Amino acid sequence: MRLITVAGSPSVGKTSVILRAAEILHRDGLAVGIAKFDSLSTGDDALYEQRGFPVVTGLAGALCPDHYFVSNIEDCLAWGQRRGLDVLISESAGLCNRCSPHIDGIYALCVVDALAGVHTPRKIGPMLRLADLVVITKGDIVSQVEREVFAYQVRLANPGARALFCNGITGQGADEVARALRNAPVVPELEGRHLRFPMPAAVCPYCVGETAIGETHQRGNVKKMRFRDLESGVNP
Amino acid sequence: MSGALERTPLHLLLDRHPCVGDFLGALGLDAGDGQRPLGDWLRHLPDEELFDAGMAREQMLAHIQRLIGEVEDMARASRPLRSLTLLGGRDKSGQAENVELEVRAGEVVCIVGPTGSGKSRLLADIECLAQGDTPTGRRILLDGQPPGDERRYAPDRKLVAQLSQNMNFVVDLSVRDFITLHARCRMVADVEGMAEQVIACANGLTGEKFSPEVSVTQLSGGQTRALMIADAALLSASPVVLIDEIENAGVDRKRALRLLSGGDKIVLISTHDPLLALRGDRRLVIRNGGIAEVITTGDGERDNLERLETLDGLLMDVRDRLRRGLRIEDRLEWPH
Repeated sequence: MRLITVAGSPSVGKTSVILRAAEILHRDGLAVGIAKFDSLSTGDDALYEQRGFPVVTGLAGALCPDHYFVSNIEDCLAWGQRRGLDVLISESAGLCNRCSPHIDGIYALCVVDALAGVHTPRKIGPMLRLADLVVITKGDIVSQVEREVFAYQVRLANPGARALFCNGITGQGADEVARALRNAPVVPELEGRHLRFPMPAAVCPYCVGETAIGETHQRGNVKKMRFRDLESGVNP
Repeated sequence: MSGALERTPLHLLLDRHPCVGDFLGALGLDAGDGQRPLGDWLRHLPDEELFDAGMAREQMLAHIQRLIGEVEDMARASRPLRSLTLLGGRDKSGQAENVELEVRAGEVVCIVGPTGSGKSRLLADIECLAQGDTPTGRRILLDGQPPGDERRYAPDRKLVAQLSQNMNFVVDLSVRDFITLHARCRMVADVEGMAEQVIACANGLTGEKFSPEVSVTQLSGGQTRALMIADAALLSASPVVLIDEIENAGVDRKRALRLLSGGDKIVLISTHDPLLALRGDRRLVIRNGGIAEVITTGDGERDNLERLETLDGLLMDVRDRLRRGLRIEDRLEWPH
């Protein structure tokens, strides 16, 4: 079975891109399934099911979705194997730009939205910079100039990756996404593999339910802002 | 090679490759005085800063190396395209198209057919340089050869610029800053001069002139179209321009097509507009998802085009008079 990790900020069009590509793979006789990760709720599982794709859903709830994803992806892989899938696509929302869901040796796709503006690619961290393929959506509703500038910025943000435009509504560009997915490496197991980069960290009382504000509660992995006017020798 | 890169003092690197400075800036890293060689500087970065930046040292080194390579690649002028060939596939019923169409640089080909007949699919096949791997089974050749993967998968060096109808500007920049931003990405020698030229050219295409200082989001539909056509003709890297209709409001279609084909572009326009359809050198008739016919614009059609243009001029004139608050009482003279 081939495994592909798909990540991108909320509402960029991950589900649409996956659906378009999955339909093409399905047409070519491949069994495609989806592991959908979200935080509070999702309606996307219904969209997948409607089109006949087996889907398993994981809701991270109060946990960092990235951490939740990596603790569950092995079980998803096993689920896909039990279902006899040829291709398993995991979809997870990168809720912060520091998200880092990609795994060494697993084909990694990042979806970005041309509507987000030309400066966005440089602000996205490992999710974009360490992906193998960057799919740019909503290119049809921005001007040709912005498309070119956006693509240029994506290329600077991840010079090693392939990047392409895909229209999640008409499916334009989905053939190319599907072709890339078809060639993703086969993954028998994940045990012993590593993330391409550590996930954003947070181990402090607030991680486990603290709500009170104040210095006495700030223990563990705490990072403080710097204020230049408080540093010695600097005038406010 | 990465060894040489590691030994290069950072300030030299930043001097020679501004993209490296942009990259480090985007990661929030401070280059310091830049005296240290890159490798040394990376080794001295605190782990915490790397963790915040979201990249490990060796990933960063590899990234910088690829970045420099890509930017040098982009700056290299691309080989001009002389022709695009479309090898027919099949229509929606599986009937073979039996078409081999070669379009040369400077040529304008129109695509006509009812809504839903497959005009957009044809544009999409060209846009993705289909190789028998789309539902139509069509294939696209460049200068008579199948395109390599690097041509299919480099979106910022894309062969095809597409001007669609429902486009918006997301950035809120003045026209001048916007076109300058594009020119900088295209790495043209005279960025400001090029921007001036594109804006002047766009103003030549539209009845309603605009200033370079106005924000792109405030342009009218016609002004936007004119600006995008001028940009596609003069600044876009793409030798092929696909246009999904040019609305008649406020754009001089004749000049627009002349500008595009004069820039040795290969122009394909999907249109229902008689003034555009008849101005093409040829037009493809789409029926049931397939190319049913290729029509070369005839002499009689060219004569009729002139008559239609006179008629259109008359309509434009009436529109202009109405806009200025005049009455249209005098009997209009129709062309014979």
